[in-house]
Amino acid sequence: MKPPPFDYHRPAGLGEALRSLAEAGAHGKVLAGGQSLIPLLNMRLAAPGHLVDINGLTELGTIAADASGVRVGALARHAVVERSGSARAAQPLLAQALRLVAHPVIRNRGTVVGSLVHADPSAEMPAVLALLGGSVRLASLGGERDVAAADFFVGPLESACLPGELAVSAFFPALPERSGTAFCEVARRHGDYAVAGVAAAVTLDEDFRISAARVVCVSVGPVPVVVDVTGVCGRRPPASVDWDAVARAVQDRIEPEGDIHATADYRRHLTGVLVTKALRGAAHEAAEGGEGPA
Amino acid sequence: MTTKLFGEPVRRREDARLITGQGRFLDDLGANALAAAFVRSPHAHARIRDVDVSAALDVEGLVAIYTWEDLPGLIAEPLPLLIPHPALTHGRTGHALARDVVRHVGEPVVMVVAADRYVAEDACALIEVDYELLKPVVGVEEAAEAVNLVHADVPGNIGAHLVQEVHSAAGTSAREAIEAAPHTLAFRLDIERSASMPLEGRGVYARWDADDESLRVYSSTQTSTSVRMAVAAKLGLALPKVEVIAPDVGGGFGVKIVHPWPEEILVPWAARLLGREVKWTEDRREHFISSAHERAQVHHVRVGFDDDGRVLGLDVNILHDHGAYTPYGIIVPIITSTQLVGPYKIGAYRVEFTSIYTNTVQVTPYRGAGRPQGVFCMERTMDRIAAHLGRDRTEVRAANFIQPGEFPYDQGMTFQDGRPLIYDSGDYPESLRMLKELIGWDSFPATKAEAAAEGRTIGIGVGCYVEGTGVGPYEGGHVQITSDGRVHVSTGLTSQGQGHETVFAQIAATELGVPIERVSVVTGDTRRFGYAVGTFASRAAVMSGNAIALACRKVRDKALKVAADALEADPRDLEITDGVVHVAGAPSASIPLATVAVLSNPLRYAFDQEAQRATQFAGPSSDDRPPVEDGEEPGMEGRDYYSPIRSTFASGMHAAIVETDPLTAEIKILRYVVVHDCGKLINPMIVEGQIHGGVGQGVGGALYEKMAYDEHGQLLNASFMDFLMPYATEVPRIETAHLETPSPLNPLGVKGAGEAGVIPVSAVVAAAIEDAEGITIDRMPISPSDLYSLRTDTRLRKIQ
Repeated sequence: MKPPPFDYHRPAGLGEALRSLAEAGAHGKVLAGGQSLIPLLNMRLAAPGHLVDINGLTELGTIAADASGVRVGALARHAVVERSGSARAAQPLLAQALRLVAHPVIRNRGTVVGSLVHADPSAEMPAVLALLGGSVRLASLGGERDVAAADFFVGPLESACLPGELAVSAFFPALPERSGTAFCEVARRHGDYAVAGVAAAVTLDEDFRISAARVVCVSVGPVPVVVDVTGVCGRRPPASVDWDAVARAVQDRIEPEGDIHATADYRRHLTGVLVTKALRGAAHEAAEGGEGPA
Repeated sequence: MTTKLFGEPVRRREDARLITGQGRFLDDLGANALAAAFVRSPHAHARIRDVDVSAALDVEGLVAIYTWEDLPGLIAEPLPLLIPHPALTHGRTGHALARDVVRHVGEPVVMVVAADRYVAEDACALIEVDYELLKPVVGVEEAAEAVNLVHADVPGNIGAHLVQEVHSAAGTSAREAIEAAPHTLAFRLDIERSASMPLEGRGVYARWDADDESLRVYSSTQTSTSVRMAVAAKLGLALPKVEVIAPDVGGGFGVKIVHPWPEEILVPWAARLLGREVKWTEDRREHFISSAHERAQVHHVRVGFDDDGRVLGLDVNILHDHGAYTPYGIIVPIITSTQLVGPYKIGAYRVEFTSIYTNTVQVTPYRGAGRPQGVFCMERTMDRIAAHLGRDRTEVRAANFIQPGEFPYDQGMTFQDGRPLIYDSGDYPESLRMLKELIGWDSFPATKAEAAAEGRTIGIGVGCYVEGTGVGPYEGGHVQITSDGRVHVSTGLTSQGQGHETVFAQIAATELGVPIERVSVVTGDTRRFGYAVGTFASRAAVMSGNAIALACRKVRDKALKVAADALEADPRDLEITDGVVHVAGAPSASIPLATVAVLSNPLRYAFDQEAQRATQFAGPSSDDRPPVEDGEEPGMEGRDYYSPIRSTFASGMHAAIVETDPLTAEIKILRYVVVHDCGKLINPMIVEGQIHGGVGQGVGGALYEKMAYDEHGQLLNASFMDFLMPYATEVPRIETAHLETPSPLNPLGVKGAGEAGVIPVSAVVAAAIEDAEGITIDRMPISPSDLYSLRTDTRLRKIQ
């Protein structure tokens, strides 16, 4: 379990990093937190010719939050985002999801943006970005572009980040007033990738009826599966929603596969259970935030 | 005696070193050694047509590449079959490097030695092996059909077949007894594969001293003495020219008792050949696919019983998946077969096992060593009997217990040590009483009803076991008191974290009457003690503990004799307290053990002030007696061995309360209770630690761990991401209580404790889930997904 040979670059600034990545082209790989990449290298499942270590680019470690949402820099560690009061205030789902990401020692090193680029369909952060309709900012020598979450996750472990590009930040939009979120998952062991997991965002109207409801499901498709369930919920108060029907609507949209940890049937069943739990939790939070009836 | 430490929860002396990074594990040694790495078979079954190393030859830092054809003499021969048995008619072992055919993914084919491990792996990646694929044999029942063969010369894929039959007192066979019984049941049970999975894998580091023509080998092993003999034999070296040392070892759990591993032969061989230090450290993937697994068995059970649930006849047919090779013989299925009967008097018993080869990693003992499977079988049987009769599960067990007055109790079989299976002592009714009280067995129905009223599903389960521990043939101990008053204890068996440095020091300090701080303990170093068997089968405390106690008693006798001369007293009037020999009741007439040690060694040359006392003109001596009397030896040291007539039998009972989630099918252990009897406790804290660790591994086997082989013989979960060992977050708090039924077989009255915790866990958790869900559980482990499927199947059956 030792990596194959590679050239190691540790740029001191963003420009140098982008030049290194441009020169490396398809043979380049960015090292941020390394929580997925290093095992892949050691198992020789990845063999990039050039490793561009961005850990010296401290300017990418920022977290900027305002009323519109949270922008997370490429070097912001999971643990830092998890503990950021301003991030939590602007978008509580970040902290709700991050506590489910692996273990504290992994969160101390791993980065939010790194997790997005890694694009594991079982991971929490891609699901959060997809649910919120956020975006990833990609920089290259040619300039910057923002890619919407819907376009960013292309397939399992495949994102829209091209050779020569560096994901410099991601933006997680805030939700309107009277919104709530929740992230529920079942993992085999504490901190494992979820067997199934669902994040939900619910917005209530002034009469505390559901005006918008979306869920995202992990581990049940090649990319995070976002389902808008506003219609199925009807414009009803949460207490009178037919949650079973909502769960079935989501179950119809997912394509779980069986593996050594769970059958496809179980994943589908579990997703249904978690859809209900997450939506009710989100609706409850929305009502609490709006000081309305739970 | 102020220095009595036996029985006290003395804190582990090794912990400060081990938990602050000061341990010296295999990979901490030999920083400048060359590194070995291996090309291993990617196929479960294939013929090697050609090995092309040419592309690797240009790798900078490459030192050597070896294939089977490079191996000389005995090294090219198959690895030893360590424990032959007449029933193992077709025992097969692999080669140090594969010859012609590979029989499991991970089998070593080529060894590369290079400047470091990175370079060695780079070279490995460039070596091309041309394989002709053969049909893989995967799954024990598929293998038993023998459509394809793992070994061309082993018909039916059958390595061994053994029947043991114990007739009833009236001479009835098990099958006759079952036919005649008022009630009979027949069912099938399945247990998955798991593995020892020590956090430190295997590893070997060898240094050849060309000037001295001697070899020093460090190995992360459970038996340094036997590795030494194997290495000396394979390399054709004189035994005194080989020394083997087990440094700090980060867990063994059975896998490291197997030896010599290919690497234990090849690394020393290469070191000698190259005249360079060579080291190999196993990585995790290698450990998954190239070491050993255990557990997988299929049981077909038939049982006949009376209205009270007394077992009149039991007939168990076991298919044992032995993987590709049988280096450790058939110890695992023998233990399953014999320990299956547990604390019970079975009317008549017949057990038959067939050991089957498959194209998977070889099967050798893992903590519990066949017992978890046997206990799963017996305890599931007890629960089925109780369910059939509508009786309390503990009542049915109690009806079958061997009673305290019936020891020694002969189960009528031959145990894994080749000796009769005779239980030495125990008190099973008392264990059960304690267990029921601790877990609240009798009040559980009310608790369950309360939970049900809240929409929660909980269940309770119980499991009993008897564990043969402290198997022979022997261990030894050497004790020396040096002239500084320090006590040096050594024993040949090895340590993997059990706390031997502490418990052996407790024994020595107690026996000799010295402060424990003056006692140092060395294990697993052939330079210090050459004769040993190894650390396995919960035997270290029984075997080396007693040997050290006996050696201490020899030293004590000698010390008293020397002190008596000096004090002009009768040795029978002397005591040792805090390292000082004194006349009982007259503390002023005393002499320190340090001085006694000086006087015990008649000197010509004084190396310091104290030593002058032992020189030839120092004092009066008898002119007509030699300075060292006949039958005596100079120095204050003693060596003794403990060799038992047969094993001691520890026992225990576990109970658990589990909760199953009605929606997600998640399974949570709410309480886990252990009543444990390992005879006299040397250190109760260390025994509890052993139980905790064992239960943790048992929880792994019950709820998480399996070896997911696909039909091609590829292991799909060969990493800690997908092989789910439980974390601390998955292991419940464990409540323990001890019962002390001393063993009459050894001076200390102790029994083994190392494996106990793991043994009944699958049986207990299965029973608790079954109780919670009302669904029969007949295979382990069980995941939430499995439970969901069982629920679905049960619902469908009810609809039909």
